[in-house]
Amino acid sequence: MSDPILDRLLQLASKRFGVDVSALNPDDDIFDALSIDSLQALELVTDLEGAFGVEVPDYELQDARTFTDIADVVRDRV
Amino acid sequence: MTAISAEFSGEALSWDMHDDILEVRLHREPCNEIGTAALDELDRLAKLLHDTTARACILYSDRERGFCAGADLKELYDGLVERAESSRTRKALRKIAGPELGDRAARRVGAPIVRRQVRQFIDRIHHVFTRIDTAPIPVIGMVHGVVFGGGFELMLLCDIVVAEQSTRFAFPELRLGLVPGFGGLPRLSRDVGNAVIRDLLLTGRTLGAKRAYDVGLVSQVVPRGKGLKIARKVAAQTAKFDPHVVAMAKPFAKPVPRAQLEREKDLFCRMVTDPVVLKALERFVNSDDARPYLP
Repeated sequence: MSDPILDRLLQLASKRFGVDVSALNPDDDIFDALSIDSLQALELVTDLEGAFGVEVPDYELQDARTFTDIADVVRDRV
Repeated sequence: MTAISAEFSGEALSWDMHDDILEVRLHREPCNEIGTAALDELDRLAKLLHDTTARACILYSDRERGFCAGADLKELYDGLVERAESSRTRKALRKIAGPELGDRAARRVGAPIVRRQVRQFIDRIHHVFTRIDTAPIPVIGMVHGVVFGGGFELMLLCDIVVAEQSTRFAFPELRLGLVPGFGGLPRLSRDVGNAVIRDLLLTGRTLGAKRAYDVGLVSQVVPRGKGLKIARKVAAQTAKFDPHVVAMAKPFAKPVPRAQLEREKDLFCRMVTDPVVLKALERFVNSDDARPYLP
C-alpha cells in the first residue's frame, strides 16, 4: 500500500540530492543512500517542512536513520 | 594612521564597494568557521565601518553550505590543548609526579591560566563584534543554509536580515558544555522573546527561515539564490537617508546590551576550562560521524 508521506519524502530527497528515486528504498540509511552529511540532511528537513507545512525539530530525527523512520516523525505532525 | 582600503581580499573575507554600498563576502571553506584569521579580518572590517564613505553594508557568504557554521572548533580545541601542553607548570609537575599524576595536577593548577588566555581571546571577539554592532551605517545581513553558533552571533550584529528559504539557525553550544560566547544570547534577546531563546539554547534545535521570520528574527524570507539581489535593494533603500540621521537613530533602535555581554563573558570563561568541554571538543573535532551538527 502506498504511503503518501514516504513517497513525497523520497521524491524530495531525490530532487534535492540528484539521486534517481527508483534507486532509493524506504529502509535505506539516508546518509548512505544519499551520500550526505548532517548539514545536507538539514536541507532535507527544510524541504520537508515546506512540503508538509509543519515544523520538524531536528532532535526528533536524531535516531531516525531510514526514510521510513523520517516519514514516521513527519506523520506525528500532520 | 593608515586608512583602511575600501577594497580588500583576505583569507576569510573580502570586500569592495558598489556605488555607495560596501559588500562584504565571507568565503572561507568549509563554512566560514571563525578562527583567529577571520577575527583579524573582522577587526579590520569593524574599523572600516566606523571610517567609511559607504552609506550601507551587506554581509553575506558565497559558500554553498551557508552563512557561517560558527567558531573554528578545531582551532579552539588545538589552542586549549596547546596551552595545556606548553604550560610550564605542567612540565614541572610531570617531572615531579610523572605524566599521569602530573597532568591531572596541572589541569587543576593550570585552569586559571587557560581561563585568563581564553578571556583575552573572548574580550577581543567581543570588542570586534561590538564595533560591528555599533557601525554608524546600516548593515544588511544576507543569510542562507547554516547559521550556527558564532555564525548566528555574527548575523545578530546586522541591522536587517534577509534570509533565503534554506536558512537554519541554531545555538548548539550546550552540546559542548558551553553557552554561546560571542554575545549571542544578549543580542538575541534584543530581537526575540525569551521562550524562543530557551527553546534554541536548551534543545540545540535548528530553526528554519519561515519560523525565524514568524518570531521576528529576520525581515524577509526569499527563495534560494535570490537573497543577494534582495539584500542589495534593502541596502539601496537604507542608503537614501541622511547618514548623520542614520548614525543618530541606529543606537537608539539597537542598544548594546553591555551588562549582559559582560555576564556572558564571565560565564563562558568559567565554563570553558571544565574537562567536559575539552572532551566534547575532542569528540567533535575527531568525529567521522555524518551527523556531528545535529543536536
